[in-house]
Amino acid sequence: MDVRMQISMVFHLDKCIGCHTCSIACKNIWTDRKGAEYMWWNNVETKPGTGFPTRWEDQEKYRGGWVAPQGKLRLRSTSKGKTVFNIFHHPHQPTMDDYYEPWTYDYQNLFNAPEGADQPTARPLSMVTGKHIDVEAGPNWDDDLGGSPVYAANDPNLEGLTPEQRQQLSSVERLVFFYFPRICNHCLNPSCVAACPSGALYKRGEDGIVLLDQKRCRAWRSCIAACPYKKTFYNWFTGKSEKCILCYPRLETGEAPACFHSCVGRIRYLGVMLYDADRIEEAAKRPNEALIDAHRSIVLDPFDPEVLSEARRNGIHESVLDSAKRSPVYQFVKAWKIALPPHIEYRTLPMLFYVPPMSPVMASRTEDTIRHTSEDLFHDIDRSRVPMKFLANLFGAGHEAKVRYALRKQKAVRWYRRALTVGDVEMSVAEHMLREADSSPQEAEAIYRLTSLCTFDERFVIPPMHREEALQMLQDPMEHKQGAGFGFVEAPERGL
Amino acid sequence: MNNVLAYLDPILFGALPYAVFLFFFLGTIFRYRAEAFTYSSLSTQFLENRSHFWGSVPLHFGVLAVLAGHIVAFLIPRQVLLWNSKPLRLYILEISALIFGILAVVGFVSAALRRYADIKVRVVTSLLDWAIYGLLILQAVSGVYVAIFHPWGSSWFAVSISPYLWSLVKFNPDITYLAAMPQAVKLHIVCFYLLIGLFPFSRLVHILVVPNPYLWRKPQVVRWHGRARWLAGEKG
Repeated sequence: MDVRMQISMVFHLDKCIGCHTCSIACKNIWTDRKGAEYMWWNNVETKPGTGFPTRWEDQEKYRGGWVAPQGKLRLRSTSKGKTVFNIFHHPHQPTMDDYYEPWTYDYQNLFNAPEGADQPTARPLSMVTGKHIDVEAGPNWDDDLGGSPVYAANDPNLEGLTPEQRQQLSSVERLVFFYFPRICNHCLNPSCVAACPSGALYKRGEDGIVLLDQKRCRAWRSCIAACPYKKTFYNWFTGKSEKCILCYPRLETGEAPACFHSCVGRIRYLGVMLYDADRIEEAAKRPNEALIDAHRSIVLDPFDPEVLSEARRNGIHESVLDSAKRSPVYQFVKAWKIALPPHIEYRTLPMLFYVPPMSPVMASRTEDTIRHTSEDLFHDIDRSRVPMKFLANLFGAGHEAKVRYALRKQKAVRWYRRALTVGDVEMSVAEHMLREADSSPQEAEAIYRLTSLCTFDERFVIPPMHREEALQMLQDPMEHKQGAGFGFVEAPERGL
Repeated sequence: MNNVLAYLDPILFGALPYAVFLFFFLGTIFRYRAEAFTYSSLSTQFLENRSHFWGSVPLHFGVLAVLAGHIVAFLIPRQVLLWNSKPLRLYILEISALIFGILAVVGFVSAALRRYADIKVRVVTSLLDWAIYGLLILQAVSGVYVAIFHPWGSSWFAVSISPYLWSLVKFNPDITYLAAMPQAVKLHIVCFYLLIGLFPFSRLVHILVVPNPYLWRKPQVVRWHGRARWLAGEKG
């Protein structure tokens, strides 16, 4: 057992209102730069929808993630031999057209246009070339199902749905969508790291954050093809690739990452998970239907004395172990099992988990009466507007069982709370549901509290990162004695 | 005119190589140490993906093959002459070298045309890039010209150019080897020196950072603060 610590995340999709505040917070801090204008380290997609970049989940086109034929794990995009052969022209690269050409507007024209019969307009200007462009697409072009017959119909997750189920998604009055906010998953088995020919990408041993060393990146862009979530980006101006850094400078000072901190719906949770680094490869090789369980099994119980002693032996600080015990992520993922990894079939073992959405409120309809109850208490989960198969394609590698489990438990919690506070449900029925959903009143109460009443400090249990200790080992304390507060920061200038 | 050029010969072939290689070593090392961030292949495939293939692939494979041929002839001239002693073997060598040379010309020209034609790629092309492209095209075209009009270069390279280059290496430059060389050959050599001189300041530095450790390292890379474990290919 090789116990390590990972900063992990849960996004509660039932609470996401699709306001894009997270995207803007991230953009303003990190990607508001030349060459990075088109990047959205954090973006919010409407599902069903094609996402950003367009159809990123279509791995036939983008070749992201891993495959495990005959129990051997290998990258879908490349191999070592192919990397050398294809280094002059990578055959599976997305281009700017798959994202969008960033633009601003010619605002000056509103002031400077000569007098004329028509009102002056501010035409779009490309932020790459500075020339006028006709904007044809952008990130989030299909937000809230905008143009859905054209865009949402292309969602790769619709594969395997019957025509009725597809029909059901878009029929008037039953139209349905939900939001899917995405950042880098800081995977346990990151394919971007494995694909990088320069060894520029790495996982930080202490906290599991996946970073891209700007000084070692040579722009081979293998990471961009290899990441199945398309969360590494190529800066066309500096000639370096970039990615979400989980706001590590904020985390190191005890602050939540900007997208978490600014989340209006309070859908985001962040905390420590302990995992067994020895079993990563073994877990990533399991067949599709066993992947979620295998992934959960390498997450270790922070209350298990054996795990704790192994963790201490690996040099994990006591204060980190304390925050592991209070981690909201551990509760959602391992204790309650209602948060699921996105597209686990890509086998990167993402450490960002999603609580699948229940909305809209499910009801059955007989004649003109809309009923919220039925004999089979969970029947409507399978008849909900978002087909179970669609959610299973997103969060269950195509298998419905784990998604159904998470939704049943959430529903049971709702009914339990309803019995307590509204009173139109019998408590005996609610408790029966909890039992059927593999839960208990105590657990339901805890889920309810962490979902609805959670405070800032309950959502973000940020461990002390102990950088001071790490730095002390690295550096001579006398080194900066006479030069404190004086130095140079190199600007990221493009090479010639 | 020829007299003027002859007067220039000691400078171009005796002094210039030392100057440019000094630039090359000092420049690349200094740039790597002080401005590691600027070492990049500066790929433009992201901005334009289709004609990228027809420039980048032929130019790189063409140049690699031709360059390898020059280096072999420089290192083991005797063996090259021995190989060429049978006409058939000579023809095979010359024709394959010519094919790769033409590949390089095609690649450089189509890459330069792409840079000009696609506006997105044009905006990330600097003046120095255009200078490098000009020199590279001149270099490749003069090479192909020499291969066609002054044939059996693989043999006379081993006889004249190799000793000349070795005389440079031994810090005892002997330019008499080049006295009888046609102007195209001299142009080819001068172009090469200019490229070496511009190398450390240009995008050509990406040649120095080709990713060879990748072939041997483990897939996952983990870095620890204060521990050099990641250097040893720590498991993920």
